[in-house]
Amino acid sequence: MKFSRRTFLQTSSAAGLGLAAYVALPEKFLLWAEDQGMLKPTFTPTFCEICFWKCGVMAKSLNGRVVKLEGNPSHPGARGKLCARGNGGTGLLYDPNRLKTPMISTGARGEGKYRTASWDEALDLVAAKLKKIRAQYGPESVALFTHGTPTDHFLPLLSAFGSPNVGMPSFAQCRGPRDVGLELTFGEGIGSPERLDMTQSKVVVLIGSHLGENMHNSQVQDFADAVALGAKFIVVDPRFSVAAGKAHSWLAIRPATDLALLLAWCNVIIKENLYDKAYLDSYASGFPELAAALADCTPQWAERETDIPADKIVETARMLGQNAPNVCIHPGRHATWYGDDVQRSRAIGILAALLGSWGREGGYFLATRSSFPKTDSKPFPEPGRPALNLGNFPFAGAEGVTQEIRRATITGAPYPVKAWIVSGTNLMKAMPNQKETVEAIKKLDLLVAIDVMPFDTVMMADVILPECSYLERHDALAVGKGRSLSVTLRQPVVPPLYESKPGWWIAKELANRLDLGEYFPWGTLEEKIMKQCELWGVNYQRLKQVGTVTIPDSAAPYITPLMPPEFKTTSGKIELYSIELKEKGFDPVPRYTRHPLPANGEFRLLYGRSPVHTFSRTTNNPELHELYPENEVWINADQARELGFQNGDYVTLLNQDGARSNRIMVKATQRIRKDCVYMVHGFGTASAGLKLAFRKGADDQGLITRYAVDPICGSTGMHVNFVRLEKEKADA
Amino acid sequence: MPKYAMVIDQRRCVACMACVVACKKENEVPPGQFRTRVLEMVEGEFPMLRMELRSELCNHCDNPPCVYNCPTGASYKSEDGPVLLKQNRCVGCKACVAACPYDARYINEDKGYADKCTFCAHRIKEGKQPACVATCIGKSRIFGDLEDPNSAVSMALRSNHHEVLLASAGTNPRVFYIKKFSKPE
Repeated sequence: MKFSRRTFLQTSSAAGLGLAAYVALPEKFLLWAEDQGMLKPTFTPTFCEICFWKCGVMAKSLNGRVVKLEGNPSHPGARGKLCARGNGGTGLLYDPNRLKTPMISTGARGEGKYRTASWDEALDLVAAKLKKIRAQYGPESVALFTHGTPTDHFLPLLSAFGSPNVGMPSFAQCRGPRDVGLELTFGEGIGSPERLDMTQSKVVVLIGSHLGENMHNSQVQDFADAVALGAKFIVVDPRFSVAAGKAHSWLAIRPATDLALLLAWCNVIIKENLYDKAYLDSYASGFPELAAALADCTPQWAERETDIPADKIVETARMLGQNAPNVCIHPGRHATWYGDDVQRSRAIGILAALLGSWGREGGYFLATRSSFPKTDSKPFPEPGRPALNLGNFPFAGAEGVTQEIRRATITGAPYPVKAWIVSGTNLMKAMPNQKETVEAIKKLDLLVAIDVMPFDTVMMADVILPECSYLERHDALAVGKGRSLSVTLRQPVVPPLYESKPGWWIAKELANRLDLGEYFPWGTLEEKIMKQCELWGVNYQRLKQVGTVTIPDSAAPYITPLMPPEFKTTSGKIELYSIELKEKGFDPVPRYTRHPLPANGEFRLLYGRSPVHTFSRTTNNPELHELYPENEVWINADQARELGFQNGDYVTLLNQDGARSNRIMVKATQRIRKDCVYMVHGFGTASAGLKLAFRKGADDQGLITRYAVDPICGSTGMHVNFVRLEKEKADA
Repeated sequence: MPKYAMVIDQRRCVACMACVVACKKENEVPPGQFRTRVLEMVEGEFPMLRMELRSELCNHCDNPPCVYNCPTGASYKSEDGPVLLKQNRCVGCKACVAACPYDARYINEDKGYADKCTFCAHRIKEGKQPACVATCIGKSRIFGDLEDPNSAVSMALRSNHHEVLLASAGTNPRVFYIKKFSKPE
C-alpha cells in the first residue's frame, strides 16, 4: 500500500472517527497508527504449536490483527524468547492457502477434486459413515492418527467410540526407541522437554543430535549457555553440523556404527576404573554381566567399525570419565535410525549410569514429583477386540505403532480397518514407504482429515474438516513437568478466520452426532478448562492474563541423601543388565551388529532439520519459506567433483528400490563424509494447494522405501536407504 | 545521553534465524529484504574444519559514510547513537546503499525510501530491547549503553577480545564482535 498525502488524510480522519469499526484495516496502517499513539496494542498470552515444544507466547495484536509474536518471559520453555518458527507463527494464521471451509471429495481418492460443504453436511456425512462402519465391522475398525494438541480432543472421541487403535508417529517414527531404552534402564524416560542439565555440564555428548539446527527453544538456550560457560562438547555426527562447529571433539563417525562407539566408551571407562563405583553400588544392578559382555568392545575393534581412531575413542572416554558425574549424554529425540535403536538408547543410558550422571548436577535432573489431581470423567467402553497398534512388540508404547495399523488396514487381518481419522499429522511425510500408506488408504471406506493446511495427506481425504490455527482456539491446558510443575493456557488471540473451527468443537460435534455427547459434558472447552483450574487450585483469571502459572514445590533436581532416587524397573535399580529384555528374548546388554553399507556409487541417505522449519508443516509458511524455500542435498565436495556436480546444480536422487525424487539442489561441501548424503526433511510437497511449497525440493520420505523395524518396540529405522545422484533431465 | 551499541558474541550464535524473523515482523520488512542476516562460513577440508556464524546488521557507525553521502540530509546520526533516516526527506536515490560498506541498506520499494536497521529505536523508547536481541535464543546479541560501565555491552567488551567489521574502512562501528573459532581436532 502506498501512502500519499491524500490517503494519509483519509485514513487519519477515519482514525478520528473510531478505529474499532474498521476491522479490515491493513497491517501497515495499524502499525503506523500505533506509532502515532492512536492505537494501543493488546498482548494475549497463549502457547505455540509450530512445533511440539509448546513455548509460551505473548501475541501482540492491533485492532484485531495479530502483528507480532513474542516469547512469554514466565514460560519455562520460552523464557521470553521464540525461535524463528515461533516468530513466524502469524505466517500460518494469515497463510492465504489455508483450508477455509469443510470439503467433500467429488472424485477418486487422491485425485484432489472437492466441493465445499457446510459444517452440518460434512459432520453428518462423517458421522453417518462412522456409524455404518461401526455396525458392519465394529468400532475397532476406526483408527486415529494424530500429533500435537488435536490429540486431546480426538483421542477421547476414538476411545468413546470404542476403538483402541491410535497411532502417533511421535512414537514409532521418532522418540519411541529412545524412551523405551531409557525406561528399560532407569524405569522412566527423559521427558519432553528433556531433563538435561546442560548448563551445569562439564562435558556434553551429542550423538547425531544437531542442536541449533534442531531448534528446541529452551534446550538450545541451555546449549548456548553451556558453550559460553566452557563445557566441552563431543559431537558424534557424519556431518559437520552447527553443533560440531562448536565442539571440542567432532567425531565424524561412519553412519550406522554409533552403538560400537558407545560400547567402546563403556569398555574404556570400565577397564580404566573411571566409573562411579559408589553410585553403581547404591543404585545399579548387573555390573559384572555388563563388564563381561563388553570385554571385547575395545577401542581398536570400534575403530574398524566407526572409522574413529582408537586413540581418539580412548581420549574422549577419559574425558567423560574424568568429568563424571557432570556429563550430559544427550539421548537424542528423533531416534529411529537403524532398527536397533532401543539398544543404542540402552547403551546411552548405561554410559550415563557408569558416569553416575542420572540425577546428578550436569547430567540429567530429576522431574518434580508433584502432579495435578485427575479429573473425573465417564469411563470409556472396553474395546471388544485387541488393539492393533501394539503389534507383536513387547515394549510398544501407548502412542501406538502407526505402521501396524497401516499393515492391518492393507491385509484386513486380524480384523479390517475401514476408517482413518487423521489430525495434525501429515502421514505421507511422517511414515516410511509411501506406497504402503497409499495402499492402505485405498482400502478405507472413510478418510477424514482435520488440519489447518492442505497438506499431502489432507488432500487424499474424503472429507476435510478445516481446523483453525493455534492462535484462534482454546486447547487443553498444557502441563509441564520439569524442575517444577507448570500449567499453560492456549486461548484464542483472534476469532477463527473463514469457516475454520477449533478442534474441540469438531470433536464435540462429531461426538454429539455419534450419540457420544456425554463424554463431552461441557458447552465450550473454556468451561472445562475453568473447572479443571478450580480443581487444581489455579486462578483461571490470572492464568488468562499471564499465560503460565508455575506451582512452587520442594522437589529436588538432584539425588541427595534425603532425596534418594526411585527406579521403576523390575529390580528397582538402574538395570545395566536388563532382566525384562532377557525375559522377552532380547540381548540384556546391548550387542553391536553390523548394518549394510552403501555399495559403490551409492550414498546412505541421512536427513535432519532446519532451524526454520518443523517437519513438513511449515514449508508453505511465507515467513519461513522465504528463509529456506527448498532443501539441498549435501554431498562431500570431493565426491561431487568426481561425479561432475557443482554447487547449485539440480539432481534427482534414485534409491536402491528405484524410487526417484523430485529435483533437488546440490550443496557440495567439505562438511560431510563421503559415504552419505544429507537433506532437510519435509520438502517436495505434492499438494498443489500449498502454492509456495509445491514441488520445491525433494521429499526424503519418498526415498525411504525401506525401513528397519526394531523388534523391541516396533519403531521404524529410516537411515537405511541408499541413493545415487543423477543429473536432472533437461525437460524435468 | 546514552551511547547505544550492540555486541555479537559469535560463540553463542547457533544460526537459528530467530533474530531475522523477529526483525522482519517487528519492522514490517518487505518480502525478500532483510535488515539483518546470519552468515554461516566454513573453512578447511574434511575433517579439519572450522565454522564462523556471524550476524550482520547496520553498524550504526560513528563515522557513517551513508550519512555523508546522503544528498538530501535524510540520513542522520542521532544523538544516542543509531543512524536513522527521515523518511519524508528521502528520495530513494540509493547513494547511501552504494556508500555503505556493510550492505546494510535497501530501498523499500513499497514506500519509496531507503530503509535499514534502527536498533529498534521505537522499542528502546519503551525501555525494551531491540526485537532481535529480545528473541536471540543463544543470547548472542547483547544491547545496551556504552556509557554505563555496568551495562551488558560494557561488561562483555571489557572481558573479551572484540573486533569490528572492516575496521580499515574507518567507519567506527557501534556493533562489536566477540569471535572464537572452534578448534578442529
